[in-house]
Amino acid sequence: MARLSAKQFPQPPVNADTIASHGFSKEEYQRIVQILEREPNFTELGVFSVMWSEHCSYKSSKIHLKLLPTDGPAVLQGPGENAGIVDIGNGLAAVFKMESHNHPSFIEPYQGAATGVGGILRDIFTMGARPIASLNSLRFGAIDHPRTPYLLSGVVSGIGGYGNCMGVPTVGGELLFDESYNANILVNAFTLGIVEKKRIFTGQAKGVGNPLIYVGAKTGRDGIHGATMASEAFSEESEKRRPTVQVGDPFTEKLLLEACLELMKGNCLVGIQDMGAAGLTSSAAEMAARGGTGVELDLSRVPLRERGMTPYELLLSESQERMLLVAKKGKEEQVKRVFERWDLDAVVVGKVTRDRLFRAFFDGVEVVRIPVAALTSEAPVYNRPAERAQSQDEVQRLDLEKIEEPADLGGTLKRLLDSPNVASKEWVFRQYDHYVRSNTVVAPGADAAVIRIKGTEKGLALTVDGNGRYCYLDPYVGGILAVAEAARNLACVGARPLGLTDCLNFGSPERPEVMWQFSQVIQGMRDACIALGVPVVSGNVSFYNETDGVPIYPTPTVGMVGLLPKVARHVTPWFKSPGDIVVLLGRSREELGGSEYLKIIHGLTRGTPPWIDLRLERAVQQSCLKAIDKGLLCSAHDVSDGGLGVALAECCISGPDKPLGARVEPREMMRGDARLFGESQSRIIVSLKGKDLNRLREIAEKEGAPIQAIGEVGGSRLVVHPLVRLPVDELKSIWSSSLERRLK
Amino acid sequence: MRWGVIVFPGSCDEQDVYDCLKNNLKQKERLAGRFDCIVLPGGFSYGDYLRCGAMARFSPIMQGVVEFAQKGGLVLGICNGFQILCEAGLLPGALTRNTTLQFICRQVFLRLEETDTPFTCAGKKGQLLKLPIKHGEGCYYADATTLERLHKNRQVLVRYVDARGRTTPVANPNGSLDHIAGVCNEGRNVFGLMPHPEDAGEKILGGEDGLKIFSSVIEACDKQGKSAWLD
Repeated sequence: MARLSAKQFPQPPVNADTIASHGFSKEEYQRIVQILEREPNFTELGVFSVMWSEHCSYKSSKIHLKLLPTDGPAVLQGPGENAGIVDIGNGLAAVFKMESHNHPSFIEPYQGAATGVGGILRDIFTMGARPIASLNSLRFGAIDHPRTPYLLSGVVSGIGGYGNCMGVPTVGGELLFDESYNANILVNAFTLGIVEKKRIFTGQAKGVGNPLIYVGAKTGRDGIHGATMASEAFSEESEKRRPTVQVGDPFTEKLLLEACLELMKGNCLVGIQDMGAAGLTSSAAEMAARGGTGVELDLSRVPLRERGMTPYELLLSESQERMLLVAKKGKEEQVKRVFERWDLDAVVVGKVTRDRLFRAFFDGVEVVRIPVAALTSEAPVYNRPAERAQSQDEVQRLDLEKIEEPADLGGTLKRLLDSPNVASKEWVFRQYDHYVRSNTVVAPGADAAVIRIKGTEKGLALTVDGNGRYCYLDPYVGGILAVAEAARNLACVGARPLGLTDCLNFGSPERPEVMWQFSQVIQGMRDACIALGVPVVSGNVSFYNETDGVPIYPTPTVGMVGLLPKVARHVTPWFKSPGDIVVLLGRSREELGGSEYLKIIHGLTRGTPPWIDLRLERAVQQSCLKAIDKGLLCSAHDVSDGGLGVALAECCISGPDKPLGARVEPREMMRGDARLFGESQSRIIVSLKGKDLNRLREIAEKEGAPIQAIGEVGGSRLVVHPLVRLPVDELKSIWSSSLERRLK
Repeated sequence: MRWGVIVFPGSCDEQDVYDCLKNNLKQKERLAGRFDCIVLPGGFSYGDYLRCGAMARFSPIMQGVVEFAQKGGLVLGICNGFQILCEAGLLPGALTRNTTLQFICRQVFLRLEETDTPFTCAGKKGQLLKLPIKHGEGCYYADATTLERLHKNRQVLVRYVDARGRTTPVANPNGSLDHIAGVCNEGRNVFGLMPHPEDAGEKILGGEDGLKIFSSVIEACDKQGKSAWLD
């Protein structure tokens, strides 16, 4: 491939226009000049712009994120690395992280989502772990918005296309629709891998003189300034950004995965990091920062896919399926041999230096010379103004007396089961391979996915949860509920949480009301994490999710991982056999704020989200877990969107076999719609044999969880006396066909 | 019993096959060097960028597999392995894009149509097996002459059916001709199928019907002592 010589590339001037087009404020530019004690050249300007972008620097979120608890007995690696790591015993550890790929997926849904999956997979195997399960959390605009079906099919086939080809099962996820995401969809991808504790690798450039080796695919011009794009709001111009979306090649990544894991078995490797956002620049700079060293890159040696790339382009390209590694000096040939066997490039492109500088050469000429710290730890940090929006009081106002209760509550239940937010997501997950690696014990569609850990009796449960509507109405409570629901989902399958990862999706941090939402959500998440004993081990922040000045609902998504000491003891949400007793753990309150019912039936997103008492939450979860430990439960299902009515229906119809009816009569007296569709938290519906009821009562009383036996499994109808009486076959047919029917 | 599982660049299910064979089945040890059965696992060999299996058939190992089959060795192709065997001409027909135009991952029921082969001899004719499928191009096609020959020689070993064993339209997940899920060659020593027996080898993973295929091979080899060299 033809290369430029140093004389051939004219560096464009650095002037007010180029400074502004790189997104710098005057103060930021002044700071660059101060650090360098001179004006930067054009290439350096580009390097600063990506490293100081919101996406890479976390400059608006850093001071808030510090509030989150990151320590716990199982934590081996907290935030700051490519992914978080928790101990799962047997000498093994689970490595996991979630990342957003929102902007690219809106511009080019297939490739945007595919490369989102590719990126998160690299984050996992770069630490030495083999990825064994993925999840995703998706938000789209209203399902009848003209763009939604196109975006949804593109994103789903992109996720499947990449994950399936990598041989990593997609075992679960969530998908919600709301107008709030019409012009800003959310695509958050989660992956978990397993690694031997003694074979964990990190992204550190240590050992002065050690070679930096570029491995994987060649570099092209794709994705240049992707990180910067992710740090800007959308406008009508966004369509023109299509060329900044990278193109994925899962086959190359599969080879890269196998080659890296093979290399990691030997002892050549010092550090390794994926070239993700801001490509070569960020991987080299971040590794040097963690290693307390400098790096020297020879850009003339970077493998090229296109002619005549400039140093600027080489440093900023976000071409996919590339890694940067630091090998032990003298082991270069050994590294090359491994990658050659897999038909991949492995080229020495630089070395680790003592001077703590990020230096890049091109054709013998130094084109970048910046202190590593200036690009990493000393990047700007902002305590941006935060202020509660005036309109917040108004959206929280909800007078239940003015909400007319529907006469036909059975019909209302049917409408809710037909709502794309509640309906079965089978249309989505049947496009993902969820069997490969033969570990999948509970496939998508349950409260949490369960995979077994081969060679042990253990299992891991995985879930992703978030409710933008709750956070919009009250971001503090919304933050609590996201964590609480994730932990509850794990409890329903019988797993105790080890840690969580998050994607924090918000509007522009330059808006005080968005910063207020952000800080409130973080405080809520913190309080819930502490109360439930769940540390945050990794995560990602995605700001600027807004179009033409309108931000999305604040949407934190929580990915939580829990451990089952005996995977064979896991429990699933659906009823098992006629005659089993149906029990409600927890208490229902008369509340409808922020509910799916209010949205679907009354067209309102108002009120305050459900009340929560974290002590009660803990008591309910502990009761469920202890009952599962003792083998008492036949099923357990969290009550969430759509309330008790929807949850009961799901218990009847979500199983793989023929639906089972039930007859229940909850005792709490309140208006019928609140009883059926209120989304009171800390509730789990369980079913069990009659003989075990007393033992369950003892457990619940000891934990301090309210418990009431509400009915019995059996028959061909769901009867919630005296409100609803419907054939389960009909409910199943509505619930399972809704999505497909709407996407046709 | 000695199995050989071939790993192409881009194979995904080789570990599943290996673990299933190793952990879930009883079998006698055999001498090293000779293989009783070669398995081509699922996945996306060479990225399947051109056409599924079209690149893999040219990989050097396939020459060996063809010779192994010609000598009477047992060859089992699962999913991408089935596609490769069709591309390599070891099995008749072709696998084209699912009629839904989407990748499909779900459990299906198969009906065992013939039991006089080393891959199905442990089963009963008409027996139902519940196995997962996961593929984008599993729609079986063959021209009329080939199809006639398949029927005449009883080469269709498994068909997609519903839970009661009927070939209803909804039971056919990918639009396969005549509900065909798997076929063998005329010599009955090469078998390809789209569903994944290796992912149905344990109760905790949803069932162990997949073992029927592998235990047939073990039974056949024990009876006939069939084995050949793979060079």
